[in-house]
Amino acid sequence: MTGLASARAPGGPSRRRRLDSKRTLVYTLLVVGAALFAMPLIIMLTTSFKSYTEINSYPPTIVPNTWLPQNYANAWNYQNTDFPRWTLNTLFIIVLTLPGVMISASLCAYGFARLHFPGRDVWFVLVLASIMLPPQVTLIPLYIFFLKLGWLDTFWPLIIPAWFGGGALNIFLIRQFFLQIPIELDEAATIDGAGHLTIWWRIYLPLSKPVLVTVALLTTLAIWNDFFGPLIYLTSPKNYTLALGINMFQGLFTTRTDYIMAISTLMVLPMIVLFVFAQRYIVQGFVSSGLKG
Amino acid sequence: MATSRPAARRFDRAFWRRTIRGYLFISPVVLGLIIWTFGPMVASLYFSLTDYKIVSPPVFTGLDNFSDLFTHDRLFIQSLWVTVRYTVLFVVLVQLVSLPLAMLLTQKVRGISVFRTLFYLPVVVPVVATALLWRYLMNKDYGPIDAALKFFGLPAVNWLGSPDMALVSLVIISVWGAALFTIIYVAALQHIPEQLHEAARIDGANAWQQFRFVTIPLLTPAIFFCLVTSVILSFQFFIPAFVMTGGGPANSTYVYNLNLYDKAFKWLEMGYASAMAWVLFIIIFIVTLVIFRTQRLWVHNDGGVRG
Repeated sequence: MTGLASARAPGGPSRRRRLDSKRTLVYTLLVVGAALFAMPLIIMLTTSFKSYTEINSYPPTIVPNTWLPQNYANAWNYQNTDFPRWTLNTLFIIVLTLPGVMISASLCAYGFARLHFPGRDVWFVLVLASIMLPPQVTLIPLYIFFLKLGWLDTFWPLIIPAWFGGGALNIFLIRQFFLQIPIELDEAATIDGAGHLTIWWRIYLPLSKPVLVTVALLTTLAIWNDFFGPLIYLTSPKNYTLALGINMFQGLFTTRTDYIMAISTLMVLPMIVLFVFAQRYIVQGFVSSGLKG
Repeated sequence: MATSRPAARRFDRAFWRRTIRGYLFISPVVLGLIIWTFGPMVASLYFSLTDYKIVSPPVFTGLDNFSDLFTHDRLFIQSLWVTVRYTVLFVVLVQLVSLPLAMLLTQKVRGISVFRTLFYLPVVVPVVATALLWRYLMNKDYGPIDAALKFFGLPAVNWLGSPDMALVSLVIISVWGAALFTIIYVAALQHIPEQLHEAARIDGANAWQQFRFVTIPLLTPAIFFCLVTSVILSFQFFIPAFVMTGGGPANSTYVYNLNLYDKAFKWLEMGYASAMAWVLFIIIFIVTLVIFRTQRLWVHNDGGVRG
């Protein structure tokens, strides 16, 4: 094909020049675009090291005149805040939610992918349809339900629902993966006397590491970043998650941009590290969720 | 399959074993849907027909909440209008940004994967952090954006402080954080077989014609998905308005969900807020349905190349 194309364009050198100028244009656009898109995060990072007076002086500096790493310690231990505890709370919710998501979503996915029973497809459509449902429609009854259970201002409203299927999208992602596993494996296992629970646990889960990693990463991201759930259900500051705590901090000390940026950096950084190292899995998760069309 | 079996054997013991086993496997999500979705939906529909302030049991008032919404509640109309404007701006802008960006990010040049990572990064930034960051960036006194504008001799903009600009500013922030759409477009572009462009080139199609008659038609499933998703996301919009502007100035960013949140959790008007939730649900449902109905007219689903 390439041979044909270059045969049609006898002016080889001029074609190459055109390619070169195209490449220059692409790089220019990429660099300008990246500067625009990455700049906010870079400014967040540099501002977190600046002094209070430097931030409030004009013109603003790009690189801090004096680097103040102690901003981080000061922000972390600021009066009337408890960032260590809020971080632990967030991690606690993640640790208690993840197994529920993994186990229940993959069990359901196995049922939808590999078992035949009446009503299966109806339930699967209902699961998918629930993705489109605006959460506001269930918000108030759930709030009242948790109120009656005495679960307000505890982590349970944020943890327990995940044990019931682990999210429609996760079921969908795992099911798609299970469908690609050769069914001959089940048949061989069945002949050896394995039941479906054994097949799910011993064959499907070990073979599905990529999608399980994706689901675990997306769940971790979602909990770490969740603001609305904690806002509704957690009221006393000792129970705050990081997202809520950071918001309270900015409400109390609006002008301390240095500390707000330091804490924001601390909150963003783990997710960026996660993304850089596991980009393949995370992107795959987003893309597969778009594939259902 | 199962239908080929004799009818008499359809409800034998094996059938029931199969059924029970199947439902045991999917029982988490079946219970989950009943407890956390369908039950609450019914309850919220009932609450929407009541006067319910938590402290005392709900009092049935028929359609009063709904008629109040549309006839007496100017804030409701206003917040709905703000959300509609936000939705239109966001949906249009996010496609205009993410599609060209995705085309740029699928160019075959060295180092492109590093650029991809850079452009994708905002997708993992917590919305609260995004909001705090941009509130500083857009500050009119010492914010870096206005400083940069002044440096280039341009007039400073009161991004968050003026009723004309605030909503647009929130749209810009959301577009920055919406790398999800770029990711989906990049994947869709990578799915287009190289041979199709090759063939078009041999037939004498120039770059624009290739884009118009090869790329765009094959992208329509992805565009469709992004359209639906961005509309639904826009109607869910809440956090940046809650954190950055609190709905101001002059209610110019008082979006629907901020209004709903205040009604429910500030004034404890649970019945009224439930009615608002159902109005929102019906609006989203109708808009999505309309988009789905137009699907036949412009989305190419036949080629086997999916979004």
